[in-house]
Amino acid sequence: MSSVRVLVGTKKGAFILSADGKRQQWNVAGPFFAGWEIYHMKGSPVEKNRIFVSQTSGWFGQVIQRSDDGGKTWDTPGGEKLPKPGEFPAGVSNKFVYDTSAETGKPLTTHQWYDGTQHPWEFKRVWHLEPSLTDADTVYAGVEDAAIFRSTDGARSWHELAGLRGHGTGPKWTPGAGGMGLHTILLDPKNKNRMYIAISAAGAFRTDDGGKTWKPINKGLHSNYMPDPDAEIGHCVHRIALHPSRPDVLFMQKHWDVMRTDNAGESWREVSGNLPTDFGFVIDVHAHEPETIYVVPIKSDGEHYPPEGKLRVYRSKTGGNEWEPLTKGLPQKDCYVDVLRDAMCVDNCDPCGIYFGTTGGQVYGSADGGDSWAPIVRDLPAVLSVEVQTLP
Amino acid sequence: MILVVLPAHLRTLAHVQGDVQLEVSPPVTVCSVLDALEARFPMLRGTIRDHVTLQRRPFLRFFACEQDLSLEPADAPLPEAIASGREPFFIIGSIAGG
Repeated sequence: MSSVRVLVGTKKGAFILSADGKRQQWNVAGPFFAGWEIYHMKGSPVEKNRIFVSQTSGWFGQVIQRSDDGGKTWDTPGGEKLPKPGEFPAGVSNKFVYDTSAETGKPLTTHQWYDGTQHPWEFKRVWHLEPSLTDADTVYAGVEDAAIFRSTDGARSWHELAGLRGHGTGPKWTPGAGGMGLHTILLDPKNKNRMYIAISAAGAFRTDDGGKTWKPINKGLHSNYMPDPDAEIGHCVHRIALHPSRPDVLFMQKHWDVMRTDNAGESWREVSGNLPTDFGFVIDVHAHEPETIYVVPIKSDGEHYPPEGKLRVYRSKTGGNEWEPLTKGLPQKDCYVDVLRDAMCVDNCDPCGIYFGTTGGQVYGSADGGDSWAPIVRDLPAVLSVEVQTLP
Repeated sequence: MILVVLPAHLRTLAHVQGDVQLEVSPPVTVCSVLDALEARFPMLRGTIRDHVTLQRRPFLRFFACEQDLSLEPADAPLPEAIASGREPFFIIGSIAGG
């Protein structure tokens, strides 16, 4: 029987929730890195016991942690002592330095600041870590201020894929209320050179050459908070998801609107349909049904909690437009938590398991595709991210 | 030997308990103390000062001999009491954030 390992990043540490394939009895381990913000943690699909963690702090900055034994022990890659007598390790696993212009040595570009002026890029933290689908030592990092970095040595050192910031639209990127973060990285399982990323507030971008060059893929997005609602750049994309069997089909939860593309982002159409509100953060796809998708509607951008105090996951089995509320086991009164963009995931078990975490510290799980839910834990610190590994 | 007192989170990160003793060649300055600290504990690089600019992180302070040395030049000699190990060099996380 398979088992699952749920990786939970919170405002005050990391937790690992594990269960067998029935997903009824759970073991809770943690907190790891107590007191630090754990923006994201994700396991390698190549080596299941390798887990990467983004550990951040307003005081001490960025730290990258890695476990090679499924979370039993951790270390900062490259921070090990004395690899050889008299020689010190580099200790640069948390060194994220933006590329400069090859011609001038000056900053590659600037971005738009809140007051409309141009502002230099300043590294703040890693929002998202995306391990390679094929190489256990390769991992991508989405960071604030928005950029994508890659490590090919197991997170010991990082190098920017500067073609993203340098392709020309950078001066139009603007931080949202939560900062200017690159929060979504999707690797195409059928095309190793194709990647999708998303930035708040710039939009979605795609590379077809392994990260050398990028282009915006925002046609069809409409955002009323922009002077030109249909502009190429400036959309506050909250999250994108795909099913591995159809990587050209993407589903997006935007600041407002749930969107879909069937041509790798060349054009998008709205599929919000009968949702009670089309604001939200998370979106994900059923592991075995590519047309079954999940969102958690949030009342509005000014009121980050569920409508009517009812925590409801909405499921569409038609790839959007027709949605049904999933409420069994979820609080249906007096619930005013939020579900942040990286805090939903699906496992590969059969039936498919769905998990999400809340700013109230609950992690809910469903072992039947969303028909019913139960809290795995109720009282963690505010949950920032939830990922799951399906283990043999 | 220089005595360095780290904030609790950095002690955890460096896998040390209690204070840290460092050999630092003169002149003993903030910069040379941090160089020695980071050489011995590479995982602390970037957590006290920026990797590239070597600027102190905004919410950290350097105290010693009942003085705030945070704004002193990083290459200025530290008081003799620190250089001789009679007084510790404190790296302090400021109280902020609630």
